[in-house]
Amino acid sequence: MSKQSTAIPKAQSQFGAVWRQFRVHRGAVFGLVVLGILAGFVIFGPLFWPEVKLKVAEALKVKNQGPSMRFPLGTDQLGRDMMVRMMAAGKVSLAVGFVAMIIAIFVGTSIGVLAGYFKRLDGPLMRLTDLFLSLPLIPLLLVMVMLFRDKVASIMGPELGAFLLIVFAIGITSWMQAARIVRGEVLALKEREYVLAARSIGAPARRVILRHILPNVVSPVMVAATLGVAEAIITESVLSFLGLGFPPDFPTWGRLLFDGLQYLQLYPERVIWPGLAISLTVLSVNYIGDGLRDALDPRTRGR
Amino acid sequence: MLTFTLRRLLLAIPTLLFISLIIFLLVDLAPGSPMSEIPLTVPPEVRQKMIEALGADQPVFVRYILWLRQFFWVEPATLMDGWFGSHLAGDEQRILSWQSRSPVFTVIGQRIPQTLTVIGTAYLVGIMIAMPIGIYSAYRQYSAFDQLGTLVAMIGFSVPTFFTGTLFIIIFAVWLGWFPTKYDTTLEVTDWASFILQLKQMAMPVMVLGLANAAAISRYMRSSMLENMGQDYVRTARAKGMTERVVVLKHVLRNSLIPVVTVIALGIPSIFGGAIITENLFGVNGIGAALIGAIHANDLPMVQTLAFIFAVLIVLFNLIADVLYGLLDPRIRYE
Amino acid sequence: MKLKSALLGAACAFAMAPAAFAERGTDGEVKLTFPQAVSIMNPYLSSGTKDIYASSMVIEPLAGYDDAGTLIPKLVSEIPSFENGGISEDLTTITWKLLPGLMWADGSALTAADVVFTGQYCMDPAGGCAQLSKFDGIASIEAVDDLSVKITFTAPKPNPFNAFVGSTSPILQKAQFEACLGAAAPTCTDQNSMPIGTGPFKVTAFTVNDTVSMEANANYRDPAKPAFASAVIKGGGDAEGSARAVMETGEFDYAWNTQIPPDSQAAMAAAGKGQFVVAFGTLVERLEMNMTDPSADLPEGERSTAKHPHPFLTDINVRTALSMAIDRQILTEVGYGAGGAPTCNVVPAPAMYASDNTACLTQDIEGAKALLESSGWVDSDGDGIREKDGKKLSILYQSTVNPIRQDFQALIKDWWSEIGVETELKAIDPSVFFGGDAGSPDTFQKFYADVEMYANNFDGTDPEAYLTQYKCDKAPSPENQWQGENMNRFCDPAYDAMVSELSGTRDAAKRAELAKKLNDMVTKDSRIVVPLVHRGTLSAHSNALGGVKINAWDTELWNVADWFRVK
Repeated sequence: MSKQSTAIPKAQSQFGAVWRQFRVHRGAVFGLVVLGILAGFVIFGPLFWPEVKLKVAEALKVKNQGPSMRFPLGTDQLGRDMMVRMMAAGKVSLAVGFVAMIIAIFVGTSIGVLAGYFKRLDGPLMRLTDLFLSLPLIPLLLVMVMLFRDKVASIMGPELGAFLLIVFAIGITSWMQAARIVRGEVLALKEREYVLAARSIGAPARRVILRHILPNVVSPVMVAATLGVAEAIITESVLSFLGLGFPPDFPTWGRLLFDGLQYLQLYPERVIWPGLAISLTVLSVNYIGDGLRDALDPRTRGR
Repeated sequence: MLTFTLRRLLLAIPTLLFISLIIFLLVDLAPGSPMSEIPLTVPPEVRQKMIEALGADQPVFVRYILWLRQFFWVEPATLMDGWFGSHLAGDEQRILSWQSRSPVFTVIGQRIPQTLTVIGTAYLVGIMIAMPIGIYSAYRQYSAFDQLGTLVAMIGFSVPTFFTGTLFIIIFAVWLGWFPTKYDTTLEVTDWASFILQLKQMAMPVMVLGLANAAAISRYMRSSMLENMGQDYVRTARAKGMTERVVVLKHVLRNSLIPVVTVIALGIPSIFGGAIITENLFGVNGIGAALIGAIHANDLPMVQTLAFIFAVLIVLFNLIADVLYGLLDPRIRYE
Repeated sequence: MKLKSALLGAACAFAMAPAAFAERGTDGEVKLTFPQAVSIMNPYLSSGTKDIYASSMVIEPLAGYDDAGTLIPKLVSEIPSFENGGISEDLTTITWKLLPGLMWADGSALTAADVVFTGQYCMDPAGGCAQLSKFDGIASIEAVDDLSVKITFTAPKPNPFNAFVGSTSPILQKAQFEACLGAAAPTCTDQNSMPIGTGPFKVTAFTVNDTVSMEANANYRDPAKPAFASAVIKGGGDAEGSARAVMETGEFDYAWNTQIPPDSQAAMAAAGKGQFVVAFGTLVERLEMNMTDPSADLPEGERSTAKHPHPFLTDINVRTALSMAIDRQILTEVGYGAGGAPTCNVVPAPAMYASDNTACLTQDIEGAKALLESSGWVDSDGDGIREKDGKKLSILYQSTVNPIRQDFQALIKDWWSEIGVETELKAIDPSVFFGGDAGSPDTFQKFYADVEMYANNFDGTDPEAYLTQYKCDKAPSPENQWQGENMNRFCDPAYDAMVSELSGTRDAAKRAELAKKLNDMVTKDSRIVVPLVHRGTLSAHSNALGGVKINAWDTELWNVADWFRVK
């Protein structure tokens, strides 16, 4: 009890230090701003740019248009406003990307740390990793969706159900890389002097891991996380492509990119918007990750 | 280290058997049937007969045991017969693809050369681009070079290969007319002219895959280097008056290689696994295209065999990565 | 300018056609590309269209269909008929007379024994022959002499042109396949990938799911053909890539199945290197209405079965309104362009079987609304969705993953919402949807949805077997492991009776009349099936390739022997 009460103020000051360091990192601030703009675009955009529902015949008259005052991002092959679709798509893609990444990183880091730190767990956990790495992805996803879709949908409703299932499916199939890397790092860190010192004074394993090991594996985890967001957004489009994702009238950035592909020569802007959105998201996450890593590293913080 | 390696190898056997069972059950449980590509004009009774002729109506464990036997006895025996002219395999049934009715290993044999040349080259190119970029970016962190490298790597990673592939086709094949869009697998390299042709048809798939690989590896390289640049031993080394070259390339690089080695070693089985989308797009008849085709056609023997070989490679390269850790960092002890 | 020169080139090609193929093997290599790669060269073991087309360059049936759907002799001297005595008066036998002097590619003679053997090969119960239904009702196949084959049926057969007719049932060489009967059929890898045939080409190398290499058959019956010395079929990629390889980069001469968006078709044709060709067979994109209740609240095994009728689709007014709300012209323009035509028929062709049913072609949103209104489906709670007796017009509409189908789904959803019907969309991986796996809830047979959309067609030119699909006993159910072709669970004794009448009718005009009636019963009279678009098969060929005549009734490569290089 008393331990906790002393820990809290300390953590706050640490947070403050991290934030101060983070703020001076220009790239990180840029990333945060861009991500904020993207999030604002998809969350608040629809308030300022509501969908104008056209009748089919009218909509088809304005199909495949380039950017204009009426349609700032143009229209698609059915005359739907790309601006509206980009906003709706972004909401789903950002949510899927981040939640799936968090699941994957959490599972991957936990397994990696446990396997690297506890010799007894190393064998079983790494064989589990091997198993997941070698399972063919598409049949695995097909089976998961077949077994769980209706059940999850009946509890959560079709849209939230699809979201949970997709996020879970992506998370559960993309943690292995992170686990392997973290384990490799932990194996090396475990033998470092400061860890040996902590252990020799009788620090419990939980404490050694949380205070000494974890902060030092942040950097590969950050890279994995950055790449994970992009991968999750793209994997979602593959899932939709297989009919395992959201209902077909539910746009996502990945799906817009995929759909736009066959119009690449005729209407290149159709792939540019979703491609740009995904790249900007990944880029800003990457810079934020860079900034966080620098900020979390006590050695660079002093510089 | 040797005992560790041996023990791991022994342990791999039950692991792999278990993995093979899981894969088999998974592929079997997946919805779809080998009849999914048969046109609707074929009536249900005939479909049923076709399934029976494939043996696909047998209970799953019977088929699993049969597959095990074929994989571990009939196929090696056939290989021996092919090499030494013996008659070990006799008339035993080899593993036959449901889709093409040809032996699965013949198909794999046809496809390995393309996979290794195209995907393997792409991987090597990726590593060769990524390592120097990663090292230099970290050494000159936040320099213009680093910023540019980050931008390119992130774009390389965030746009999927189905996009870069199509874009390259339009630019280099349709507009410029430099490279063919379809990989000619019947081309034999016999002289300089055919070698140039081979290079031309490899160019686009190698570029697409190399870019994607380089993006990821350079990120890991850079971050790992950065991690180590701030360590005390680097300061010590510099204080001792070592040249920057030695400090960076000998001390920092070696210690930074651990996560990178994991990424690279884990990626090697994926060379065999091929690059599904890229192979499909350019018509490279690699293993990846075979796997996806088999999955779509629910060709269970093909999927099972490929997935299992893939699993063997993964287990093997994980072991190799572990051994390399020990070599790169003598402090890591396995026993 | 470009287009003009392309047209000129095409015109020249036709003008030069008769003179161009004077000698065998003088025109080099013809290169074909298929979006799906060839798996096997034996259609009896595969029946994937790609495999049948590829094998049709090598092995041939006794007779085939030309581009107008007329039977043409291939290995026989004439098509059997009553007049020439080839078909017996009681319709129980048909006798084929082989052309004298025919040789296999290996130089041996083709005899009636090969034809008899082919029948035996496919009808072997352990062989798993994909074309078994072509041999339905055959009692025996015998060689009368070296050049005549007599097929005897168990009952009178008004349409005896099934076995050995069309590229799906070619003649195999007995000497080559003798050891491959029954259970041994799939193990004959060499035979299945390199069959010896009588066609214009012979296989020289085969890589599974990739490339077929062929050279001109030295023993082909017409000494002047084929004009090409060799041929290659490269498979893989997608429709777009295939089209591009012919139309934009000019790497290939012919691409089969290049279904791409209409805009892209126009853009590619403008490049001037090739042209798209389309042939209309019997393929119809349609909506199927589920007459049984697919509700997830029902216990498994009772969903979508005759035990529970559908809450609202059993009302013909609802089905009619749903059909009236659709503008088939727009669907065709958006999805298929020149590769499709709006239709109201399940049997859209051949012309003699096509009903003059065109009423559905005009969209009538107001009429649909009025119809629902007058039959008691009104929006009483103001949520924009009509209901009656507590049942809401809320539809789950499923199809396969396919960009065109998703566009159709979006458009139809919009139209239905205009008439007060709510729609939830679902897209399923085609290998699952068409896979027929009884364990999966997403197959088109289980039909756990209210409406589903896919395309279907029939083989050859006779719709009898196709129309039989809508009989009561063809409904998929748990009792038959969900195997069956009557997806709608439509059941009308009058329909069943008329199908039986059709199978006993011999007179062609009478058969056509019955077929039209049956077509109308499932479409305009009941709206059980709501046809949308009559789809053609779209292929592309380069301007440097002459002699292409696309054919929807048989293999597209039916006249590959006549193809030549435009110089």
